[in-house]
Amino acid sequence: MATISVNGQAREVDADPAMPLLWVLRDVLGMTGTKFGCGIAQCGACTVHLDGNPVRSCVTPWSAVGAKKVTTIEGLSDSGNHPVQQAWVEMQVPQCGYCQSGQIMSAVALLEATPKPTDAEIDQAMAGNICRCGTYQRIRAAIHHAAETRRA
Amino acid sequence: MTSRAWSRRDFVRTGIAVGGGLLVTVYGTGCAPKGGTSSAGPNEIWDANAFIRLGDDGSVTIFSKHLEMGQGAYTGLATIVADELDADWSRVRVEGAPADAQRYGNSAFGGIQGTGGSTAVANSWEQHRQAGATARALLLAAAAQQWSVPVEELSTEPNTVVHTKSRRKAAYGSLVTAAAALPVPENVPLKDPKDFRYIGKDRAALRTDARDKTTGQAQFTQDVRLPGMLTAVVAHPPLFGATVKSFDASKAKAVRGVVDVVQIPNGVAVLADNTWAAKQGRDALAVEWDTGKANTLGDAEIMAELRRLAGRPGTEIRRDGNAARALAGAAKTVEASYEFPYLSHACMEPMNCVIDLKADRVEIWNGEQFQTPDQMAVAAATGFKPEQIKINMLYAGGSFGRRANPKADYILEALSIAKAIEGRVPVKLVWTREDDSAAGYFRPAFLHKISAGLDADGKPVAWSHRVVGQSISAGTMFDSGTGKDPASFEGAADHPYDIPNVYVDLHSPVFGVPTQWWRSVGHTHTGFAVEMFVDELARSAGADPVEFRRSLLGKEPRWLGVLNLAAEKAGWGGPLPEGRARGVAVHKSFNSYVAEVAEVSLEDGKPRVHRVVCAVDCGIVVNPDVVRMQMESGIAYGLSAALYGRIAIDKGKVVSTNFDRYRVLRINEMPAVEVHIVPSTEKPTGVGEPGTPPIGPAVANAVAVLTGSPVRTLPFSV
Repeated sequence: MATISVNGQAREVDADPAMPLLWVLRDVLGMTGTKFGCGIAQCGACTVHLDGNPVRSCVTPWSAVGAKKVTTIEGLSDSGNHPVQQAWVEMQVPQCGYCQSGQIMSAVALLEATPKPTDAEIDQAMAGNICRCGTYQRIRAAIHHAAETRRA
Repeated sequence: MTSRAWSRRDFVRTGIAVGGGLLVTVYGTGCAPKGGTSSAGPNEIWDANAFIRLGDDGSVTIFSKHLEMGQGAYTGLATIVADELDADWSRVRVEGAPADAQRYGNSAFGGIQGTGGSTAVANSWEQHRQAGATARALLLAAAAQQWSVPVEELSTEPNTVVHTKSRRKAAYGSLVTAAAALPVPENVPLKDPKDFRYIGKDRAALRTDARDKTTGQAQFTQDVRLPGMLTAVVAHPPLFGATVKSFDASKAKAVRGVVDVVQIPNGVAVLADNTWAAKQGRDALAVEWDTGKANTLGDAEIMAELRRLAGRPGTEIRRDGNAARALAGAAKTVEASYEFPYLSHACMEPMNCVIDLKADRVEIWNGEQFQTPDQMAVAAATGFKPEQIKINMLYAGGSFGRRANPKADYILEALSIAKAIEGRVPVKLVWTREDDSAAGYFRPAFLHKISAGLDADGKPVAWSHRVVGQSISAGTMFDSGTGKDPASFEGAADHPYDIPNVYVDLHSPVFGVPTQWWRSVGHTHTGFAVEMFVDELARSAGADPVEFRRSLLGKEPRWLGVLNLAAEKAGWGGPLPEGRARGVAVHKSFNSYVAEVAEVSLEDGKPRVHRVVCAVDCGIVVNPDVVRMQMESGIAYGLSAALYGRIAIDKGKVVSTNFDRYRVLRINEMPAVEVHIVPSTEKPTGVGEPGTPPIGPAVANAVAVLTGSPVRTLPFSV
């Protein structure tokens, strides 16, 4: 039993210390916005933030979180109005949508570190997030769009 | 068609009666946005027909008979209904319809309800226009009655009936109770296309699912949580066709959270109160397998067998003139063989299914692509009637064909687990990525061997084409019994090039590797073989590839239309940065025509695709941005396969089981894609698949220009 901080709330967790954060979020805490895609940190669908840095929650034991603050897609905004989420709608990015929580979390972290990324910087930061629907071109456009609106 | 207004209380009661204590809407897709303005919901609802529910609060719910798996079906179908209904798009939401062949059958599938073959818009076009127009007519009639004016004096604005003469307006919501009491008119006239508000209008009808898919609220099967539910992870056979000989579950049962371990026909299932525990338990199982009847061939051995068969005559599929004689008399002959590997669908959401088995019924939650065949399969496996099988259609995290399995494979696996625990609690079957890849149902490996003859002017006079590969339809409900599976030769036997002597034959060998339709099905390989070979002929004739195609497509205006548009927009023949070449391909699939021009360079000897210009003719465009999205998506999917896609099988065991060994396209490899749409007044045709076939050959044709040698084995880079 230990307490972790998820989206600004202290949550008590009683689970196998080896259980990845992904399954604690989804199965123990009931927050299903973070997705299971591969289980080996290859696809990025499970991306969440630890103290603002993107991590693959499918290979991060929850017991290793410690005092770091976990942010998930559910904690990004109250009503989908984070500039990156809005840019995703504006550019009509999602198709099946399954990878998009992870894509958005990676994009938010990118923009925090690099407020006006180039295409090459976007490619580098987002190459760990697979989208089988091939929304990559719109993801690039949405990140540029969010970079503009964040500065406005 | 039902025509009755329901009160909210009625609806809730119905929900409870149907859902066994669970409100249907709790787990339905496209639920009212949490915290949104409409969270209170309507007090009265009117089911105008099978596709439309209007609330007295102005809400418009459209029931989709087709799965939303990314392809934009929910948005496309709603665009059609909303236009004829004259609905306010901001009030439109879409819910998955229940499995019901009578109300929701697909006319392109002989009436069964199912999504596939890029048919969603094509089979719904007239039906959904009629549904929207009929509901609108009832609202007009209700207003006419209320105001005692002739209905001819009324018109509509979005969600509003207007009487211009008296300057009166009535919101649709205020008319639902009155409209519900009126007789349903027949043969209501449809809109003049010039009056379309949403159809064909760019960004007039944005995706209805975009918001929920950017907030984590969209409900996929993986996200379903039911009271008491256990999660099952299964130890599957290591080889196709292996069975359980014996197993020891003691270590699995010692894993914290594991509740039960049961043997099922397809392995051993570990049930736990969370997914991680179920997987740990599964991994701790000791299972001994009986591999006596299992497939032990690898993909290399299977390809060797395809090559052997390619040397022998097959079953005749097409014969125009006398190709053998024309070949013998040709001034020049060209011959090539093309080899295609097994491919996995590799959807982002691995297969899964939630099932609640009760004494007298079954309820299923699934990204449901094959609604009534799956319903029939579950009915047959339980002895229930189809109407006792309730299927909740959720969003699918991709499918590309995988979730329309003719054997209902993963659904029946979930059912077998529920049966093994006698329906004690609901079960969520979760496949890991590795389970998903190793389960098979791949795009079959294929080999195409083509010979052609050119006359002294370089004009093709003979085309002889042998197709070799497993039948997808054999042994399924789609098996025609003729031994000629169109899914093997579609796009090859019916290529449009004006050649007087054409012969096509087919071998359909049987192997123990299960196969299935994969985005654009037979066209995935036939389109490549034909379009790569046409370029080889053009080179042999010393002709420009676009000119060469034009010379053979004179009788085919829609093929020419997309070819010319793509060539023009791509600047075909114009200057290029150094080290780049262009390649072109044009293909028709699912009644839509697509041409693509790829700009390619080589980096470390491997193709890098910089730009793709796509032209599509899909008849009347319902939703232009959805069409663009599907071309972009089809190109990415096809490019991924052409560059990297190969399921490797070693002595029967699938070894490409995760994204580290089954490489797929990533953002840094995504070209800039431009989509151009040919204006048309033809009936709408599909867009989910037709973008996929041309990209592989377009890239391969550019690579051939750069390297001087044709690409004849896929993928390009292993």
